[in-house]
Amino acid sequence: MSQSSVAGERLPAAALTVDRRRARRKAAWRRRGLVALFMSPWLVGFTVFFLYPLVMSAYLSFNHYDLLAPPRWVGWANYHYLFRQDPQVWTAIKNTLWLIVVLVPLQIAFAFGLAVMLTRARMGAGVFRTVFYLPALAPPVAATLAFVYILNPVTGPVNVLLGHLGIQGPLWFQDPHWSKPSLVGLGLWGVGTIMIIFLAAVLDVPRQLYESAELDGANTFQRMRWVTLPTISPVILFAVVLGVIQGLQYFTQAYVAAGVAAGQASQAADVTAVNLGYPQDSTLFYPVLLYEHGFTDFQMGYASAMAMLLLAVSFAVTLVIILNSKRWVHVAGPAR
Amino acid sequence: MTTATAEPAAAPRRPPARVRRRRALAAVADHSILIAAAIAFLVPFVFMLLTALMSDSQALSPRLWPHPFRWSNFVDVFTKAPFMTWIGNTLMYSVLATIGVVVSSIPVAYALARMRWRGREAAFVIVLVALMLPPQVTVVPLYVMWAKIHPFGLNFIGTLWPVIIPAWFGDAFSIFLLRQFFLTIPEEYLDAARVDGCGEIRILTTVVVRLAKPAIAAVALFSFLYTFNDFFLPLLYTGESPNHWVLSIGLSEFRSLHQVQWNLTMAATLLVMAPVIVIFFLAQRVFVEGVTLTGVKG
Repeated sequence: MSQSSVAGERLPAAALTVDRRRARRKAAWRRRGLVALFMSPWLVGFTVFFLYPLVMSAYLSFNHYDLLAPPRWVGWANYHYLFRQDPQVWTAIKNTLWLIVVLVPLQIAFAFGLAVMLTRARMGAGVFRTVFYLPALAPPVAATLAFVYILNPVTGPVNVLLGHLGIQGPLWFQDPHWSKPSLVGLGLWGVGTIMIIFLAAVLDVPRQLYESAELDGANTFQRMRWVTLPTISPVILFAVVLGVIQGLQYFTQAYVAAGVAAGQASQAADVTAVNLGYPQDSTLFYPVLLYEHGFTDFQMGYASAMAMLLLAVSFAVTLVIILNSKRWVHVAGPAR
Repeated sequence: MTTATAEPAAAPRRPPARVRRRRALAAVADHSILIAAAIAFLVPFVFMLLTALMSDSQALSPRLWPHPFRWSNFVDVFTKAPFMTWIGNTLMYSVLATIGVVVSSIPVAYALARMRWRGREAAFVIVLVALMLPPQVTVVPLYVMWAKIHPFGLNFIGTLWPVIIPAWFGDAFSIFLLRQFFLTIPEEYLDAARVDGCGEIRILTTVVVRLAKPAIAAVALFSFLYTFNDFFLPLLYTGESPNHWVLSIGLSEFRSLHQVQWNLTMAATLLVMAPVIVIFFLAQRVFVEGVTLTGVKG
């Protein structure tokens, strides 16, 4: 821009406007090219690794496809089987819903409690924060293995200690009634990330709000209920959305826990598809079932239909939460 | 408000003994709860370590205290299983993917944050949508795609390339994080560079990258941790070829495939956790520096 004005001073007035316009247009095109260049990694990645698979997934969901023979059009047959016939899909949906409904509120309540306790600590807040955050850092496979070991029925420390107290501990990951609660325990152990987010939000609540509430005679509990909670409600909304999305993708912990617990029960050498959902399909979550159909049975068309349902549900759930949130999320003016 | 101003300004005064006693009791109660919670969070690590130090026969018994302490278990992990191969594969995946994420996400984030063009807001919303959807939605056609292309007669299935290559084409979370940081860089810094005759590319590669070092470090760190912990996609592509397993897959199959007891399994588990925890303690400073440097935005 500065260059064109310098050049303009030297040229006669008639040539100036044409020349300047041309220069400006050239600069605009160069700018556009630059934007395209900068955006190109994402443009290519989004098209090849997201948009194309999304469209393909929709197409494959109407086909029978096993990777070997070319796709064969079957119309709505996959969806018909999904909604009407698949004996496992309702178990998987029920398990996934159970996990989301139980784990997400517990995680949020627990994380909020820890965050509030941390703000009240006079000593060692940093140490406590690190301790609470540490398990969240552990790789999910490692954390799951640790829990399967600690809760293993015979030699696991928890049942050994319960035994000393004269209590017969449950079979945890090997009991269909206890396997999901055991996974909830694992989820609560790794609550650190949400806790850190809540902690930052609680520390950000303006002091004068507490002070005026105190002048109005609010006690500790009332201050928390009517000052802290409403002020950090956007962060709670974020945690709810994140929790639900993660619940819909829940795979690693269920896969590893089922595989290791089953291997331990039978002392068999192989961890195969037979173990998915062990015990008795109690840890068969929707993504686990999708994995089984798609990548152990190679029913790519049917797995795509399952993926389409997952897409619709994730989209709907996120939308419903965000639309509903207007009722309970407190929106302040521009932050800070 | 009016009543508050009408009252005499409260001078800082020692509260009465009754109030002080109640506050002390509340502090004790708070710290008791915190200590109890901290113990609950740490106990699993303690049991893991104790078990990792047991002999085989002890690991089969319900005893909780190792006698004697067998530190050699941590060495045996490497001889019982191809641990070094898994470490090598994990490093290859993590390092290559992290470099790719950083290199490819920076220019995208810059274009979304600091350049003016039509469709920018829409593009940003699409980045966010891609972030929200479960990876399972696109995984089937992606697998088919990697299974069908064979450049130079190479197979992608059974290798880690299907998880490394996409990292070089922008990562939605990293783009989002970098964009938020780029927005806070004062326009004057960029204008100063423009006055000095820098083009946008020079501005990005010198001024912006230097100012955004803490954010870039954070993105690299998150990407490294994410790939180090990743399980689903590596399992999908390399599940059938153990030579290409990463640590997370190797660990999940460790006990059953290598017929070992819980003591070695817990030693292996701790070895897999260790780098993440070490990185966390080393990188806390990176985060703190990042936070203090964002003070530039004022």
